[in-house]
Amino acid sequence: MDLTLFYFLVLGFAIFMYVSLDGFDLGIGILYPWFDKPGERDHLMQSISHVWDGNETWMVMGGALLYGVFPAVYGTLLSTLYIPLMLMLFALIFRGVAFEYRFKSDRSRAYWDLSFSAGSAIAAFCQGLILGTVVQGIPADSSAFSSLHWITPFTVFTGFAVMAGYAMLAACYLFMKSRHDIQAHAANIAKTLLITVLIAMVVVSVWTVLTQPYIYQRWFSGMNFVYLAPLPLLCLVAGVISWKDLHSHRHESRPFWCGILLFLLGLAGLVISIFPYMIPQQLTLWQAVSPHSSLMFILPGVCIFIPIICLYTLWGYRIFSGKVEDYQEGY
Amino acid sequence: MEHLNTEMLSRVQFAFTVSFHIIFPSITIGLATLIAIWEGLWLKTHDPRYLQLAKFWIKPFAITFGMGVVGGIVMSYEFGTNFSKFSEIAGPVLGPLLVYEVMTAFFLEAGFLGVMLFGWQRVGPKVHFISTLVVAIGTWISATWIMAANSWMQTPAGYKIVNGVFHVDSWMDIIFNPSFPYRVTHMLLASFITACLLVAGVSAFYLLKKQHTNFAKKGLSMTMWMLLVLTLVQVEVGDQSGLEVKEHQPAKLAAIEGIWEAKESNVPLLLFAIPNMKTEQNDYQIGIPHLGSLILTHSFDGAVTGLKAFPKEDRPYAPLVFWSFRVMVGLGIGMVLIALAALVLRRKGRLYENKWFLRAVAFFTPMGVVSTIAGWYVAEVGRQPWVVYNLVRTVDVVSPLPAQRVLFTLIAFVIIYGLLGLVYLYFMRKLIRKGPPKMATLEKQLIGMNAPGYALAWVKNLKHEDHHPEGER
Repeated sequence: MDLTLFYFLVLGFAIFMYVSLDGFDLGIGILYPWFDKPGERDHLMQSISHVWDGNETWMVMGGALLYGVFPAVYGTLLSTLYIPLMLMLFALIFRGVAFEYRFKSDRSRAYWDLSFSAGSAIAAFCQGLILGTVVQGIPADSSAFSSLHWITPFTVFTGFAVMAGYAMLAACYLFMKSRHDIQAHAANIAKTLLITVLIAMVVVSVWTVLTQPYIYQRWFSGMNFVYLAPLPLLCLVAGVISWKDLHSHRHESRPFWCGILLFLLGLAGLVISIFPYMIPQQLTLWQAVSPHSSLMFILPGVCIFIPIICLYTLWGYRIFSGKVEDYQEGY
Repeated sequence: MEHLNTEMLSRVQFAFTVSFHIIFPSITIGLATLIAIWEGLWLKTHDPRYLQLAKFWIKPFAITFGMGVVGGIVMSYEFGTNFSKFSEIAGPVLGPLLVYEVMTAFFLEAGFLGVMLFGWQRVGPKVHFISTLVVAIGTWISATWIMAANSWMQTPAGYKIVNGVFHVDSWMDIIFNPSFPYRVTHMLLASFITACLLVAGVSAFYLLKKQHTNFAKKGLSMTMWMLLVLTLVQVEVGDQSGLEVKEHQPAKLAAIEGIWEAKESNVPLLLFAIPNMKTEQNDYQIGIPHLGSLILTHSFDGAVTGLKAFPKEDRPYAPLVFWSFRVMVGLGIGMVLIALAALVLRRKGRLYENKWFLRAVAFFTPMGVVSTIAGWYVAEVGRQPWVVYNLVRTVDVVSPLPAQRVLFTLIAFVIIYGLLGLVYLYFMRKLIRKGPPKMATLEKQLIGMNAPGYALAWVKNLKHEDHHPEGER
């Protein structure tokens, strides 16, 4: 297989891992305002405090992979999306430190709650903003640096859509990791968010094909739509299964996995829409890729370490498997 | 206002964010290692004192690590945001090194940190110890990769330039570039010393306050032995590193020593001077003649290249390099003296009593961090005006952003990091004032652990403890 394509898949995998894993833990922060009974926020925080750092490492992995494998994309994307990226980083700082300081604080706890939930929400929104900007296209001239091209009705909508998506994952995660009241509360929230997310996916899809002719071509020229029809259909199936489980409480973990599947399908839809471009209409994979010597150097590392990383990440999750109520105060 | 251009602002922002960031890894690399050592000793000797040390220091470690993580994420994106051209031309060389850093270090640290911090009751003591050890090893691996990348920017090797982009000729030459072995050793030692000074300083503080004395004695005694070895080795490594700079980055060395004449054969060791970039000489110079030549060339009249040998636009800003170097070395000498004083006092049996010594150690609590940052200023400011030494100028690779956007984020960083720095200090103070966990608490936690073999040893040690109830609160 073509090495460039292989690295594209690796990058896709890193991004998928990031949005699934950090997705649910950013989502926990977004859900904070809806959990304000005594002990509920401790519960929410405890459910992720042992994994958030590992989850966020996938973001660093994505950044490093872009830097090493597609340096032209790394340079162009990050500098033209300067303000939303910096806002996201500021937000991630606020939510990241809250994990350490919240449990050690007495009087300042309310500030750390705010820091955590606002930080998570803004970070998620900025990620959606960035996603929307990439889909709508980045200006090819110097106005990419100086204008506010990244803030349009479409990008704001994708910003809120990503927030809803992360919050849905988080609600399903809580449904899986909690008992009694919190579980029931999480199920109700998850149902509302599930519907919101499905509607948002439809809106974004329609909006995109209507405004981007090249994406319209990709989906509707010839028989393409027939081949691509399984994607939206699978989304619908995942949505229905998830809804039923959340309603009947019969399967506690399945809604979470359905949520992950929705994200995977969404990502697949994005790749299908813009491939082979990394920056639509400007830079393809093959134009942006590093020289062969760099790709060969990372190859053994990627083949050996990524499976190992997945294994011990899984081990880490298994050690903390079960309900959050059974966790004891750690260290 | 002429300096408020995008280039200057981007450089100041990078310098500010990376300076803030390095505080935390330089503590955690050493502290993770110390905690792993204590935990290992606890498993081996069953002496609960070691468990108490590990359990106390794991809390400052956790908040320090958290600060390092959030600051580090910023760093991993800042090459692209503010130096996009640099990312494009050097990405094929530096990017893969960072990919390896993430895969072999960051994930390892993050993956096992959860178990290290929260897994005491969920895994056995051996698995827990291994997790702590893996976190420590992860920090060393991380330091190694980032030092390889940074050293390549100082002394580039193993590359070829194709269409203005750095391509790889030999990965071995890129990783093991001329300055890498010295600089990675220097940095790792600096981190171990920083952590030892932190632990020693807090222990000295407790001894001065007559609190937690048994706990503090153990901490002080262990770290003083370590500092004795570490600081002396560091002096030698630092000297070697200086000689390497003289060979590969003569302009940096000239700035460090404050030498102006193109070829100076009587190099004094300057104790005080203010290098003047405009008049090309030192103001208010006080120095010891010939001593500089002797140190740098090991001969009385050894010639050294001065700043005038380089065109004005190729010189680093000498006053900052000159003074950062003196701060680093001055503090380094202080550390050696403390370690030697500890040896003398230990022989006299007054290590835990001598007030002046304890005050000096307490004063040096943050000096490892200060010295490390000063050392980085020597390395990085001394590399300017180049981003890749002698090949790429910093000014040529800055993202063409509007200056006010960079100014906006710079101000935000200063406010946010300033605030976070204060919060960090507040919580460190809080943890230190709270003191180590009580033996009884540790025992209760231990019952929850799958460690039946430790119960007996515990009871014995606890009895021993009761006969010496001094200051244990």
